[in-house]
Amino acid sequence: MNTALSWIKAYVPELSCTDQEYCDAMTLTGTKVEGFERLDKNLEKIVVGQIEKIERHPDADKLIVCQVNIGKEVIQIVTGAPNVKEGDKVPVVLDGGKVAGGHDGGPLPEGGIPIKAGKLRGVPSNGMMCSIEELGSGREMYPEAPENGIYIFEEDAPVGADAVELLGLRDTVFEYEITSNRVDCYSVLGIAREAAVTFGKTFIPPVEEVKESGGNAADYISVEVEDPDLCSRYCARICTNIKIGPSPKWMQRRLAASGIRPINNLVDITNYVMEEYGQPMHAYDYDTIAGKKIIVRRAKDGDVFTTLDGQERKLDSEVLMICDAEKEVGIAGIMGGENSMITGDVKTVLFEAATFNGPNIRKSAKRVGLRTDASGIFEKGLDPYNAQAAINRACQLIVELGCGEVVSGMVDVKEPLKEKRRISFNPEQINRLLGTDVSEEQMLAIFAAEEIAFDKETKELVIPTFRQDLVGEADIAEEVARFYGYDKIPTTLPSGEATTGKLSFKLRIEQKAREVAEFCGFSQGMCYSFESPKVFDKLLIPEGDALRNAITISNPLGEDFSIMRTLPLNGMLISLATNYNRRNKDVRLYELGNIYMPESLPLTKLPDERMQFTLGMYGEGDFFSMKGVVEEFFDSLGMTKRAEYDPKAGKPFLHPGRQAAIRYEGKLLGYLGEVHPQVLDNYDIGTKAYVAVLEIPEVLPFATFDRKYEGIAKYPAVTRDISMTVPKEVLVGQLEAMIGQRGGKILEDCQLFDVYEGSQVKEGCKSVAFSLTFRAKDKTLEENDITGAMKKILNGLEQLGAELRQ
Amino acid sequence: MKEKLEQIKAKALAQIESSEALEKLNDVRVNILGKKGELTAVLKSMKDVAPQDRPKVGQMVNETRAEIEKVLEAAVKKMETAAREAKMKAEVIDVTLPAKKNNVGHKHPNTLALEEVERIFIGMGYEVVEGPEIDKDYYVFEALNIPADHPAKDEQDTFYINGDILLRTQTSSVQVHEMEKGKLPIRMIAPGRVFRSDEVDATHSPSFHQIEGLVIDKNITFADLKGTLAEFAKELFGEDTKVKFRPHHFPFTEPSAEVDVSCFKCGGSGCRFCKGSGWIEILGCGMVHPHVLEMSGIDPKEYTGFAFGVGLERIALLKYEIDDMRLLYENDIRFLKQF
Repeated sequence: MNTALSWIKAYVPELSCTDQEYCDAMTLTGTKVEGFERLDKNLEKIVVGQIEKIERHPDADKLIVCQVNIGKEVIQIVTGAPNVKEGDKVPVVLDGGKVAGGHDGGPLPEGGIPIKAGKLRGVPSNGMMCSIEELGSGREMYPEAPENGIYIFEEDAPVGADAVELLGLRDTVFEYEITSNRVDCYSVLGIAREAAVTFGKTFIPPVEEVKESGGNAADYISVEVEDPDLCSRYCARICTNIKIGPSPKWMQRRLAASGIRPINNLVDITNYVMEEYGQPMHAYDYDTIAGKKIIVRRAKDGDVFTTLDGQERKLDSEVLMICDAEKEVGIAGIMGGENSMITGDVKTVLFEAATFNGPNIRKSAKRVGLRTDASGIFEKGLDPYNAQAAINRACQLIVELGCGEVVSGMVDVKEPLKEKRRISFNPEQINRLLGTDVSEEQMLAIFAAEEIAFDKETKELVIPTFRQDLVGEADIAEEVARFYGYDKIPTTLPSGEATTGKLSFKLRIEQKAREVAEFCGFSQGMCYSFESPKVFDKLLIPEGDALRNAITISNPLGEDFSIMRTLPLNGMLISLATNYNRRNKDVRLYELGNIYMPESLPLTKLPDERMQFTLGMYGEGDFFSMKGVVEEFFDSLGMTKRAEYDPKAGKPFLHPGRQAAIRYEGKLLGYLGEVHPQVLDNYDIGTKAYVAVLEIPEVLPFATFDRKYEGIAKYPAVTRDISMTVPKEVLVGQLEAMIGQRGGKILEDCQLFDVYEGSQVKEGCKSVAFSLTFRAKDKTLEENDITGAMKKILNGLEQLGAELRQ
Repeated sequence: MKEKLEQIKAKALAQIESSEALEKLNDVRVNILGKKGELTAVLKSMKDVAPQDRPKVGQMVNETRAEIEKVLEAAVKKMETAAREAKMKAEVIDVTLPAKKNNVGHKHPNTLALEEVERIFIGMGYEVVEGPEIDKDYYVFEALNIPADHPAKDEQDTFYINGDILLRTQTSSVQVHEMEKGKLPIRMIAPGRVFRSDEVDATHSPSFHQIEGLVIDKNITFADLKGTLAEFAKELFGEDTKVKFRPHHFPFTEPSAEVDVSCFKCGGSGCRFCKGSGWIEILGCGMVHPHVLEMSGIDPKEYTGFAFGVGLERIALLKYEIDDMRLLYENDIRFLKQF
């Protein structure tokens, strides 16, 4: 909301402060000032001058030489402006002064444009006559200014006076951010009231006194509210003998400063009252209203209505309409109809000021597809008392501005108005909540300034109706806090029972995952939780696969963000592709993020959110580098047993011969592998890439931060190397498992040191060699201990089809 | 005999003196002191010496041997030192050649900022907890005093799965989950992902992160809230940071405030980060609304509390001077490597 400070000062006449002081003080009491701008910024030494004589320039056809009376003296000014004549009063910037912009109305330069005396085609010129654009404004704000030429004042403008002041530009426009609970502050009066309390000055609001000219409004119009749930009050008044013309300059200036274009007296009055009272109003051409009747009712599904902007709007039965005896004439609280709009020929006006149901207006505006200034205010829910005040203010202005006459009486249809709310006042409790020591008197003084009354007998505060935000004692405490001053409240730390600061076990595991990944060269990425359903095709997930049962967002930002991911690979592959396309070499990324697994669809209970530790890389490294990271991670979690890798992982998005399911103590914890070449193509990754995914919830039960020292071996170790040929299909992991199982307690370690397939090895076989280490904890091993263990191992290996090589 | 020994000694010393290499010194050792060396030969010829003279001669031989050994040892040491010096001279490297780094990975800037925040609050006795990202309307809105028709839950801002289940728009929902557990007092922070229906641009993302804070105990005051957040701001942005509390409105706190910190780039004199104001808005906070406590089964007459919410990306963008939010979700390694 934008408002000129002069309008606020009109109702807080004692207010005197700099713009910055006003900005800071208002912000600290809760009316946040987003910014402010002086309208006379860069306007210096500009006075009202009267042109006494105009002569042709001796050397230029398009220039004229003017003698301009600026009060104390007459100066000579050369101009090319086409619209001035002798006797005109114009704004004149003197030598050494400044204007805000050029005459073309383009963007205003930061420091303005300095003006100096000089010569134009040899003739001295001691200043410049200004257009409205040069004064930093425009014709939309000053409709009386000529389209192209010098601004001309009215005849009574005093020569030599401050032209900036006369134009109403000695003012500052403040932009406020009003919080949604303070609907009363979406108005000049609301802000003025806050300013008065903030600065400790008196608030003097306008008094609505309507000079009525007889008759009875009820003879002109009757009002019937069929749906009082959506319209708690409807006030109507009639103005006759309407004379449309421009509104006075002061009104135009105030509207212009608020960013509202002046149009004519009638329109300006409704806009003015909306700004001042925060109550949107509507004016109907009375002669278009059939049957002297207004009916407020819901539309029918499928109705179509043409609003005054000429657009056809589709309605439904939740949209409230204003109708006459025959037809719809306006969408309540949003926009009037073309069929009843004010034209230049209007003779009699029907004013409407009503209180509509806020949430309904908000929903209707959305459904109709039309959000207006009026609906934006109505949707916050207005005070029914305000409707009456506003309509009377409008009628008062009709008379004062000579715009017409007001028929006596108001047609007022309303639900019973609510009593003023009462809240019990307990100063000790307020101080206890705030941690302050504010006296009862200080508190009561704040309330009095805010027009909150105090009932001494019941010890209750009586809340004015415009303060719908004050409901309970906490709200009252906030009133005390903000006017006592948030900055004056002391700063302390919570006392009471000590608590232990800590991370949950799961978060500690995630921290470990980050440490290990980063140690292994992986940087942390973050990917979106929602993605496109096309992801499943890109990842070659077959139709009917459970992974395709993803949760769908009902109002997504488009199809690409419409489902909650059920696997974390798409984000990782997109990130790898981004890096690949930007020619980044050797990229290693990891992500810790959830996937969302529904128990059933459509969703009836919350899904299982499963934290995934996802690693992805291309460039240096291969499948086994990735496997190394997985094992480092397990090591760091105290998972010292041997993890198993099952090549039958069944992941369609991975290379069929280069993938593995990761198991620990038989439990599936995740998978890793080389990305399927088709998937690489789908993501435009032109090089081999590897991924690993670990399910944190599955890892958790095996992880521990406990460590136990085992003692460094005292007795010597014995090593034995064995080399064998086995059929190709036999996995090293199977051989290792067999050796581990048969080696018994004395087998300390088993290291693979060679795998070979080639000409020296029998067709369909490979050669594998291990180095075995034996050691006992309690003695030096003897030859027959080792021979016995080796025999068992070799027997076991033979069962797997191994032939020992000599 | 004496002369012979003197002669051997003189010969040995001369040979040591003239040796240019360690091998030559070794030759001296062998030829003079070795088993078949000259001095050893003298000892062997002891049988020709009169028995009464033998101890004396033996002593003379040993003395000669000791003298030669001493000189020889010194010569060896000198030569070894010289040889090591020469070797090191030949081994000089160019220390300005590039380092061999381990290519350690990097944290996401969000995580870097989050770890800072967690460190501060864990130090103050707060537990770090989590809540669901997909949650019920009740936890995200209703139990936080945002009833069905409230504009704050406008469909424009919230992603819905269905009428009752939605993507949380704020981590404030975790407040409710924690309060419902019924364990008091509460001192928690809850970092996490939140979602709002904003198109992606330099300052918006449909998915971002917040950190919620909640303290509930007996006698918690607004002054405690001020003190806690002032400590936090100083820890995060530096000891000289000033904090400003401005009244604001949130449905689930009352009184409520927005908090500005003095600009940590310019110190408050005004710059492009604070848009010239000297202040930067960093969080929203307030005393937990009594109605919110009641809805979660906590008696507001007995307990009070405060809550706050910080935008993690906001902190990260400001602290690390990142000018485009999209960079946070692109995962370009050249960006990530800077953190």
